[in-house]
Amino acid sequence: MPCGLFFENYEKDESIFPTLWLKLWMIALGIGLLVFPFVAQPISDWMGMNMLNMANLIFIYIVGAHGLNLLTGYTGQISLGHGAFMGVGAYTAGILANLGWPFWLALPFAGLMTAAVGMIFGIPSLRLRGLYLAIATMAAQFILDYAMRNWSSLTGGSSGLTVPSASIGDFTFDSDFKFYFLALAMAIGATMYLKNVTRTRTGRAFVAVRDRYLSAEVIGVNLFKYRIMSFGISSFMVGIAGGLWAYYITIISDEHFTMWLSVQYLAMIIVGGLGSVLGSIYGVVFMVALPELLRLPAEALTDVYPDIFVIFSSLREMVFGVIVIIFLIFEPDGLAARWHTVRAYWKLWPFSY
Amino acid sequence: MHELLQLIVTGLVIGSVYALVAMGFALIYKSTSIINFAQGEFVLVGGYICWWLYTMLGIPIVWAFLLTMVIAVGMGMLLERLVLRPMIGEPIISVIMITIALATVLKSLVTILWGTQIKVFTPAIFSQKAIHFGTVLVSEVYLWTFGFAFLFLGVFAAFFKFTRVGISMRAVANDQQVAQSMGISVKRVFAISWSIGALVSAVGGLLVGNINGINITLSDFGLKVFPAVILGGLDSIGGAIIGGLTIGILENIMGSYLDVYLGGGVKEIAPFIVLIIILMVKPYGLFGIKEIERV
Repeated sequence: MPCGLFFENYEKDESIFPTLWLKLWMIALGIGLLVFPFVAQPISDWMGMNMLNMANLIFIYIVGAHGLNLLTGYTGQISLGHGAFMGVGAYTAGILANLGWPFWLALPFAGLMTAAVGMIFGIPSLRLRGLYLAIATMAAQFILDYAMRNWSSLTGGSSGLTVPSASIGDFTFDSDFKFYFLALAMAIGATMYLKNVTRTRTGRAFVAVRDRYLSAEVIGVNLFKYRIMSFGISSFMVGIAGGLWAYYITIISDEHFTMWLSVQYLAMIIVGGLGSVLGSIYGVVFMVALPELLRLPAEALTDVYPDIFVIFSSLREMVFGVIVIIFLIFEPDGLAARWHTVRAYWKLWPFSY
Repeated sequence: MHELLQLIVTGLVIGSVYALVAMGFALIYKSTSIINFAQGEFVLVGGYICWWLYTMLGIPIVWAFLLTMVIAVGMGMLLERLVLRPMIGEPIISVIMITIALATVLKSLVTILWGTQIKVFTPAIFSQKAIHFGTVLVSEVYLWTFGFAFLFLGVFAAFFKFTRVGISMRAVANDQQVAQSMGISVKRVFAISWSIGALVSAVGGLLVGNINGINITLSDFGLKVFPAVILGGLDSIGGAIIGGLTIGILENIMGSYLDVYLGGGVKEIAPFIVLIIILMVKPYGLFGIKEIERV
């Protein structure tokens, strides 16, 4: 780990991985992620949970969380409707797959459909900010949720919609193991996209809109264009996440895409770190792993308190709420910022000043 | 015509409870500029505590009622001190998220303590006997609910208008710095706002609980409050009351006339469609103050 950075030209300064060690670490991480599914089975047995399933969920949610982080973290537009937007993506992919569309066509179309829906509900963002926008997107959540539940000729209503497994050519992603590589590729793609888009003119415009929108408008940033664009890109990503979810779970119902999912998405990016690419990844890992990790002490307590699994889901929600409150009060910048301070401490130890 | 009149009357009763809860919401927003997603959970907690005191512990209803109000006030103050005060000066997203997290905690706490089954006040406090007003049928419990809701609305309207504390609250809502320089403790006003917000919601909870019994869906009242306050204008207490009554009537009418075409459950969603329309047409509501920003 370097104790400082020294660049001799702009290209080096602009590179995503500026040092040799960072490059080596990223290669190590890449190899680790590729090797992981081969050794996941013994780890799962040892830990008593399905690690591959968890990894797949983490990758799917990373795509969606990146989308929300682009909108909320970078552009400063609050959305309480991303749970329903994910549902739009899932149902679009599911319906198209049932119509016989191939996976590689249905998935981007799910993203586009969700982007269209997101942009429609993003239109009020021109006139509304902050609180009002949060309320408007919350209303969008309830309206879409209602449509998913009651438009049964299209969505299958409460009985759900079955989706065939994803396949490209003759290869079918029909097991956790096979799907892992698809989800991993998508998560890496989304991460690279977000990392790069924030370094472009568009990304800087987003940040300008977030930080001081009046000044941004004065220097020539078209507010309407960039807000709608942010809603569009963000919904596209969360729609892709929804499509992946549909192909992975293979049966979708409206129960999954409620307000609770929107809240969870927000919690992920807040716990991880708003406006930070790494942040959404940390947040997703934390939030997906948390309920699994809570199960272990709960199982241990069944002897003392046998009813614990009756209240387990409520207990999980309570722990979730308490964690979000604690983070907001004590670490508002999230895990990504905490990681930075810890790293800086070790890097400079013992001369941290 | 007769059916419409009936719908308006029952809508008005539920609307009066919406108005009560919306008043608490608008009060908190006006004086602390925090938008409280946990308002519905205050309704829930109020309903459950009163039910617990009355049905399980057998405390006479008058005392149970008063004790519930005391507990609600304590809860409001405690939450303000522990959770909301550290949030002063934080970005909007954090404040919104912390009240959502608070709502999650309160809701799961209620489920853990009392389960998810419907609880009924036994013995019933108000009779369900129907009273005729011309062609319209109203059960007695509805009348009581309406009466109590309006009593509380009136009492608090007078409180803001005439008492010293009420006037200091209006001063803080108007301009925090000036109020502080005139010797008003802003922190105290925040605490009072939260406790009144919790109190009126708890009263709303126990009133509604008397009509249909209590279960976890009582917290949906907190969501219906949003259309009400947006209609009235977020920072107008009078607007919140009118908004609450209007939304109560609207959802009842839309629910029963549109259910046939849209396949049930329109009542749940109608207020939010109204909300979107208001935000598109008149974002600051009927009585809200239009924000003017300067660079």
